[in-house]
Amino acid sequence: MFESLGPHAAFIIASYGVVGFVLSALIAWLYLDGRAQKRQLDDLEARGIRRGSRTRRA
Amino acid sequence: MATQSITQKLANPTRFMSLSGAILPWLAALAIGTLAYGLFRGWTAPGDYQQGNTILIMYIHVPSAWLGMMGYALIAVSSFGLLVFRHPLADVSAKAAAPIGAAFTLLALLTGSLWGKPMWGTYWVWDARLTSVLILFFLYLGLMSLRASIDDDALAGKLTAVLGLVGVVILPFIKISVEGLNIPSLGISIPAWNTLHQPSSVLRSDGPKIHSSQLIPLLISAIGFSLLFFAMHLKGMRNEILRRRVKALRVKHVERAQIRDTENMAPESA
Repeated sequence: MFESLGPHAAFIIASYGVVGFVLSALIAWLYLDGRAQKRQLDDLEARGIRRGSRTRRA
Repeated sequence: MATQSITQKLANPTRFMSLSGAILPWLAALAIGTLAYGLFRGWTAPGDYQQGNTILIMYIHVPSAWLGMMGYALIAVSSFGLLVFRHPLADVSAKAAAPIGAAFTLLALLTGSLWGKPMWGTYWVWDARLTSVLILFFLYLGLMSLRASIDDDALAGKLTAVLGLVGVVILPFIKISVEGLNIPSLGISIPAWNTLHQPSSVLRSDGPKIHSSQLIPLLISAIGFSLLFFAMHLKGMRNEILRRRVKALRVKHVERAQIRDTENMAPESA
């Protein structure tokens, strides 16, 4: 597979590797950041600190 | 209510959260499927008669470069929406787009260098296209640093929006740097710089200069990457809305505690 890419295989693999790494890191950061924000929001609401609209609904 | 535009309807963060939460999984799945199909088509397409298999880098480099510029255009439109229309989600959109646009610009620079070494014999030259894209990357870093350095969110949003709008001048420069600009009806004639970077092979007034066996995979990959960009942007906006809610609740919590303390102290002082 690697040899079939020709003499510049290392550059091709490195390009795809760097794209995979940067985009995976970005997606992981977005996922973890979202989870952290959701957890903090749930924690505050569990302590009775709610947004105005939610308090009225409750 | 019936006359509200889509942007007006989405101005309500709660409605935006509900709608984006329903769309996001489908958008992400569509992005991954389209991207996988586009790259599969690219890897099974015949190699280029000059570049050989190095053309495989094009299927990730070109979409990255397009999205690096599109990300900045999105920031500029969002900044305009904040400064002129005071749209509640405009600043959220601009803030969420910055790291994603910066990542794609960085990828365009890195994959371009990795293509340049075997094809040009060098990783980097200070020509107009490469340098202007590097400036675009620094603009992204500047926007994120400026926002991070100001504690007042509203002020940070406005100042970042001004820089975002001023910086948008880099986008036509990136395009014109290699191809020049010729609009005889307006008397505009800007010659192209003498650059190592080749002119666009796809977005040309006289049609694409690339064989369909490579053009189609490239366009499918570009659609896949674009869908991924929008999915990440939606997720980033959702995170930012949650972050602002957390901050607002914390402020509310502190204010309540202060009122309680004041009430408790009042009888003692009386």
